[in-house]
Amino acid sequence: MKPKRDVGIVGYGAYVPRYRIKASEIARVWGGAEEGMPIEEKAVPGLDEDTITMSVEAARNAMARAQINAQVLRAVWVGSESHPYAVKPSSTVVAEALGASGATLAADWQFACKAGTEAMQAAIALVGSEMADYALAIGMDTAQGRPHDALEYTAGAGGAAYVMGPAENALAVLEGSYSYVTDTPDFFRRTHQYYPEHGNRFTGEPAYFAHTLQATRNFMERMNFTPRDFQWAIFHQPNAKFPLQASAQLGFTRDQIVPGLLVNRIGNTYAGASLIGMTNVLDNAKPGDRILLVSFGSGAGSDVFSYVVTDKIVERRDLAKRTAWYLARRELIDYALYARFRNKLVMN
Amino acid sequence: MRDVSIIGVGQTPVREHWDKSLRHLAVDALLAALHDAHVEEMDAIYVGNMLSGELAGQEHLGALIADQLGMSGVAALKVEAACGAGGSAAHAGFLAVASGQYRRVAVVGVEKMTDMWNGTVTSGLSMAADGEYEAANGISFVGLNAMLMRRYMYEYDLVEEDFAPFALNAHANAAHNPNAMFRKHVTLEQFTKAKKVADPISLFDSSPICDGAAALILSRSENLNGNTARAISIAASTIATDSLALHDRQDPLWLRAVELSSIKAYAQAGVTPQDIDLFELHDAFSIVAPMSLEAAGFARRGAGTYFGRDGEIAIDGKLPISTMGGLKARGHPIGATGVYQIVEAVQQLRGEAGKNQVPNARIAMAQSLGGVAATAVTHILKGKG
Amino acid sequence: MAENLAPNWRLREQRYQLVGNVCLKCGAKHFPPRQVCTECRGAEFEPFPFSGNGELYSFTTLRQAPSGFEDFAPYAVGMIKLDEGPLVEAMLTDVNQDDLEIGMRMEMVTRKIRAEGERGLLIYGYKFRPSGD
Repeated sequence: MKPKRDVGIVGYGAYVPRYRIKASEIARVWGGAEEGMPIEEKAVPGLDEDTITMSVEAARNAMARAQINAQVLRAVWVGSESHPYAVKPSSTVVAEALGASGATLAADWQFACKAGTEAMQAAIALVGSEMADYALAIGMDTAQGRPHDALEYTAGAGGAAYVMGPAENALAVLEGSYSYVTDTPDFFRRTHQYYPEHGNRFTGEPAYFAHTLQATRNFMERMNFTPRDFQWAIFHQPNAKFPLQASAQLGFTRDQIVPGLLVNRIGNTYAGASLIGMTNVLDNAKPGDRILLVSFGSGAGSDVFSYVVTDKIVERRDLAKRTAWYLARRELIDYALYARFRNKLVMN
Repeated sequence: MRDVSIIGVGQTPVREHWDKSLRHLAVDALLAALHDAHVEEMDAIYVGNMLSGELAGQEHLGALIADQLGMSGVAALKVEAACGAGGSAAHAGFLAVASGQYRRVAVVGVEKMTDMWNGTVTSGLSMAADGEYEAANGISFVGLNAMLMRRYMYEYDLVEEDFAPFALNAHANAAHNPNAMFRKHVTLEQFTKAKKVADPISLFDSSPICDGAAALILSRSENLNGNTARAISIAASTIATDSLALHDRQDPLWLRAVELSSIKAYAQAGVTPQDIDLFELHDAFSIVAPMSLEAAGFARRGAGTYFGRDGEIAIDGKLPISTMGGLKARGHPIGATGVYQIVEAVQQLRGEAGKNQVPNARIAMAQSLGGVAATAVTHILKGKG
Repeated sequence: MAENLAPNWRLREQRYQLVGNVCLKCGAKHFPPRQVCTECRGAEFEPFPFSGNGELYSFTTLRQAPSGFEDFAPYAVGMIKLDEGPLVEAMLTDVNQDDLEIGMRMEMVTRKIRAEGERGLLIYGYKFRPSGD
């Protein structure tokens, strides 16, 4: 639940590619109904972007806010389901680009949409155990959905990076964390497969809701929290409906959820989804605000964290581009360009 | 130093030579030059070429060409300086004869480009620039020239049309050159409507991908073997260099190698720019023409395009350039080009340039550039007249 | 066997972080790093990481790509005058070609430069985009 040494977020940074495709454009191509779209539009990576390049930019933003030398990082961990290599770490490229290579841990994490918060848990443990002072945890994805599949409407691109460090240097201090996992095969991608498989409605009740609700309830009970103790709450957001339903069932209001709910504008950014919701909240939070962060990863499990924002947020948040900057830069593309950008044109 | 003369020239038409390989082209040009010089023996052969390895799957051109010419046994080697390979081979041949080491040598420039697809050719040409910092970043050779042209237009407040006279002049001259690739006139309207290759460079600002070979026979001037009447003297042969990469230049808009090699050449030949009757410059892209005119001392800095505007570059102008079509319209078979320029200057000085004859041509300058003028080879030739 | 591993690997500091060098004799800053100073011919240097900020010196859009870059064509490339002095040439990204202007402020980003075919190395390095400043 809580490390021996107090730990917090020392720096954070977001990244979203500039291209967007509207869900209605995808529906146009496949003859889908225009109403009842799971989201409005999703972010699409450019031809020269992938989880590595996006991680580098988010990490640079996080390091700019952390105001520490890259050589003091003792871990660079990238959580993603879209690592560009099957074998060869994304994290070593990120470490090298930050100037953090050498005496550091580096590894890639994989746990569907909770790979990023898994890296955050590990970073908390590393700093909390005093094995290290600073560790970088990233959740980033360029998720792919099979053309004409329901996932195609939501599989987006983006994520965030967090420098975890001692609480005395933190802009948000960790109060506790919790994880809850079971073997629930709601969504997976086998080795060598390009697109993931999913269980349709099986991804809902027994997967997303069961784990998210159970983890959050257990955490709040053990920490003695009620929803009213939090100014803000961020839930994993595979679509616009699930996080609103889950948070309502837990007793959170819409106002607590909305600043961290970006799925309508950038899609489901998988390992980045809850973490980039959190950067948008930090961009706007006041010192003293308490924030609940809840991820969900298929397969399945949920991580829960609570953070309290410190005075340091005020001087740090404008040391790098805000989440809103990335949300505002927006170049709409049509399905043809999307197909080209996402390598869906058969060239052989 | 001994005086050196050109006693024979030969060339193949510049074309897409589907039925001829690199060796055929080189031998065709050499046989023509030998025939022109009325000689059969040679002490050495200098082969100017850039991309035989990349585009024709063949290196070791010295021995190959000597053998194919039936002269196996003579000294022979390839000289490479990107697009300046032809001029550089001529310089090597000049030095060999001037030094007294050899009595008579052949120089052949040859390039076979059309056997490979455009992407491979584009990659090959980008080797003329900095491989690790320009080509590795996807910047092609035309891209470098395009960036130069845009900055030039920005600094000197010009538009694309200001460069049109160079292309129009080249095409007008090529129309009367049977060896030119593009033997048709181009109008201003065609120029302005042309497709952009890399803006602001359009199709009519760029030289084509093509095949060709050109050859020279160089001899000691004191022993011309009965070629006295048609021999043309090499009054200067110089090379200078500049940073290979555009980004390493203090002043990218000034072609320093062109300036240095021109100054050396004027001194060597004992002439000034005012004495030059025609100038075969390296118009691989329109932008290179005004920049060469400036750096070689014919125009003020930034005023190179005025030369075109005022008609000074035409056959009957003050300083005719690209008199047989230039790189733009005769064609630019990379490693052969520098030799074509000298062959054409010889035609002019002999009075054998037909409808393109520059009246009273006595002194001609030919300038072969490698990369974005990272190598500049300048030759000044003097006729008898 | 994969090709071109070492040639890309040995340039990683320049490519990922824009590390050049500074001459210990005359203080001239170089990118790419040099072995001999072009200002004073000094041969002792220290690494110098450039900020990646500068302005657009010139640019173009390539319609015909060299081998290995076909997937990106047409794409913009530019020369950027870094605030510390040197010019650097790179692909431009995150920008519509019509919005490019000489003199606009640019910033370095790390992007995928190209892939060595379907099975080979992914090559990452610097590109530049308008910084919006």
